Amino acid sequence: MDQILSNLSMLVDFPIVNLKILIDGIMIGAIFVLVAYGLALVWGVMNVKNLAQGDFVISGGYVSWWLVQQGFPALLGVPVAFVVMWGVGWVAYKLVISRVIERDMFTSLLATFGLAIMMAQILNLMFGSDTQSVDLGYDTLFFADGLIDVPIAKLIGVLMATVLAASVIWFMKTSRMGQAIRATAQDARAARVMGIDTEKVYAFTFSLNSAICGAAGAIIVMVWLIQPFYGIAYAIRAFVIVTAAGLGNLPGVIAAGLGIGALEQFGAHIFGIGYQQAIAVVLLLIVLIIRLIQQKRNRQVLK
Amino acid sequence: MTAIIEIQGVCKAYGGVVANKEVSMEIKSGGITGLIGPNGSGKTTLFNSVVGYHPIDAGSIKFEGKEISKLQVQDIARLGLLRTFQQTRIYGLMNGVENMLISLPHRKMNLWDALKPNSKEDYEKADRLLEFVGLYEKRLLKSGALSFGQQKLLEFAMALMNEPTCLLLDEPTAGINPTLINGLIDRLKRANAEFGITLFIIEHNMRVIMNMADTIYCMAHGEMLAQGTPDEIQNDQRVIDAYLGAH
Amino acid sequence: MAKKKLILYALILVFTFIAPFAFPAYGTQLATLWLMIIVAITWDMTGGQMGYNSLGNIFFYGTGMYVAALISIGQVYDVGEYTSAAGGGIYEFTDAQYFSGLFLGVISAGIFCSITAVLIGYITFGLRGPYFAIGTLAVAIAAGELVSNWEWVGGGQGIALPVYPGDLDVGKTFFYFLFASVGVSVFIFVKWLYGTRFGAAINAIRDDEEKAEAMGIHTLRYKLITWAMAAFFVGMAGGISGFQLIHFEPLETAYQTINLGIFMVVCVLLGGKGTLWGPVVGAILFHLFKEVTWTYFLGWQWVALGALIVVTVVYFQDGVMGWVMRKRPEWFGIRVEESK
Repeated sequence: MDQILSNLSMLVDFPIVNLKILIDGIMIGAIFVLVAYGLALVWGVMNVKNLAQGDFVISGGYVSWWLVQQGFPALLGVPVAFVVMWGVGWVAYKLVISRVIERDMFTSLLATFGLAIMMAQILNLMFGSDTQSVDLGYDTLFFADGLIDVPIAKLIGVLMATVLAASVIWFMKTSRMGQAIRATAQDARAARVMGIDTEKVYAFTFSLNSAICGAAGAIIVMVWLIQPFYGIAYAIRAFVIVTAAGLGNLPGVIAAGLGIGALEQFGAHIFGIGYQQAIAVVLLLIVLIIRLIQQKRNRQVLK
Repeated sequence: MTAIIEIQGVCKAYGGVVANKEVSMEIKSGGITGLIGPNGSGKTTLFNSVVGYHPIDAGSIKFEGKEISKLQVQDIARLGLLRTFQQTRIYGLMNGVENMLISLPHRKMNLWDALKPNSKEDYEKADRLLEFVGLYEKRLLKSGALSFGQQKLLEFAMALMNEPTCLLLDEPTAGINPTLINGLIDRLKRANAEFGITLFIIEHNMRVIMNMADTIYCMAHGEMLAQGTPDEIQNDQRVIDAYLGAH
Repeated sequence: MAKKKLILYALILVFTFIAPFAFPAYGTQLATLWLMIIVAITWDMTGGQMGYNSLGNIFFYGTGMYVAALISIGQVYDVGEYTSAAGGGIYEFTDAQYFSGLFLGVISAGIFCSITAVLIGYITFGLRGPYFAIGTLAVAIAAGELVSNWEWVGGGQGIALPVYPGDLDVGKTFFYFLFASVGVSVFIFVKWLYGTRFGAAINAIRDDEEKAEAMGIHTLRYKLITWAMAAFFVGMAGGISGFQLIHFEPLETAYQTINLGIFMVVCVLLGGKGTLWGPVVGAILFHLFKEVTWTYFLGWQWVALGALIVVTVVYFQDGVMGWVMRKRPEWFGIRVEESK
């Protein structure tokens, strides 16, 4: 308790620290936005709530990490992870997801939970349970008399995340496939009647999601840490963001993602790093309760 | 007769579209009240406001003198104000008798009663009401296998099993074979007369509603247009205009 | 028919009694099997019979474990001192203290979990479908994380309980019968419950909750009561587990979200959701599978389990009982009766 109070008073006494935490939070939040956008895509288009989302992220991270171990440059990891995880997502779609789309939502939730356990364990067997990261070897920029430190690697990571997000959004808005995906999301049956091959759309959407996650993981490994069992936390954060923002609300996802990144950093600063996972989960509960109260006012439930 | 449901100045808009504008009506206790109106006139919106499916923007809805416009669906149902669905909803995987037993009035039970198995009287009551709607022979079939009309009858029997004070029926004859309609009208009337259940019916079929209701309200463009006995409504120029699209 | 059934039940009961003596080498295994049966049946109460798929029932297992341990320790020593010692100090329990602590602890665990089920359910039962599953999962994960940061109850180190006083083999049999008695009680309890109006009402909630609400069933109340009853048994099972394990810690043992927390769901799906015997059959099959993979695929056992979950969910969702029901519907009294 004393620790918490002293942490709080430090934030009040040194306002500049708030800025540092905020910047950190927004940077990690940019990654959350990517992962949540992928989840919202799959959720909206094929009504699958993918609990393996975080494990796609971590797998992408390991792809990049492995490349660096083989002597390849670290920045290559992002596109390679994108491609490799596209393939993994496609296989997962064909083997598992395609068979649960038509079923009730708990089925897809549980199937992807099983998938998540498998992926985490396979990563654990292949790479061991130590935390890993890749050092880009870039300098760190200092502002405000050294109180704010921004590693260049982090800036590059955020830049890549932004470019990736922008290009995916551009793709969804302009390409034929993007149109077909959005049409399927609105009404799959109508889309099928209009001659859209929804099976292909589903496979593409899920692979795209997996690829986005993989690239996000490759960015994470350059700046933060990965470990085989870190996946579930990313999946839960993605759920928090999508639940808070609502489906098909892109600005909402961006705002919620950055906001949750910042909230988590502040929470970790105030309560201690040991509570980081708990904070993500408690945020989910808070968001659910707020949505519940909103719905109750509409005489409806959250379903 | 006193009013069991009083609707006062209810407004409801979806975005910019005004579905109900200052709607007021009364449903008399023990009677059969009909609500008619062309497609899109706001009947179903009003109905949904009464049963608690969505919030209203303004006005008040009272059931037996109690304000219900802010209550949830299940709270309203527990007051004895029951509804049937236009798209019939029954438990398709259970047979007729099981459907009836599930519809026992749980609002009248305390937990101790609920933790008892169904009594012999419950079974007899279920059989009697299934007989009443003419489904006794089919009572052991999976109810999902019944025809649409029979499912509607089953849903009606389930509602009676629940011993409501007031029953709201959303287009009870929609999608029913014309030969079954007369039988349904007859049973609705008998339910009103023998069990003393107040009925409030939304109906498209003019012949049906004119045969049954003692008071009829007519809506158009989200507003209450006219009210009166079936004869008055049939001869009301505004109602005729609304249906013929004179606007 | 009734006679056949009675004989079957009698045989099972007899087997329950002689099993630990007939297979002494598998005493702990058999006790764990009963634990699986308990958590599977109680999961099915909400998941199979009421249509609310919880991923957080493990919360009651972990909470029960902690409550039982704390009550039994608190009876004799100061809890904060006891947990901070972590193997340092020597804390003795007399036989009487051990057993009274165990029974009082286990019962309190059940009651405490029932109460928390009502409190948490008041929020989570407003959520439907996948939101309920994720919401309950979040509760379980949050509880594990918070407890592991709570020094008074031992933090991430967990709690060490006294060892069973007396012969260790007798202890194994003792815990077997504790689990077995809870297991038999929960089976008898749900068999009775599903035959009542209450049972029919929770089935109605599963099949069409909106209709059930429109018919005036007290849906929230019934949901809370069902979960509280399930939590009571899970909490007791958790309490017993704590004493059986002697030492437990928050994330891997008590709030083991991805182990037991997901196993119970798989057991039910494997055996057949929403049936009386499904969870029991599923628990037995799952336990066998688990033991075989642990013995022969060591290292890959977790991957095999994940694969089992995926395969069960995707290809075999009706479970054993559902499959039998489709093959032999007459065994379950489903037949078209001639109308009179």
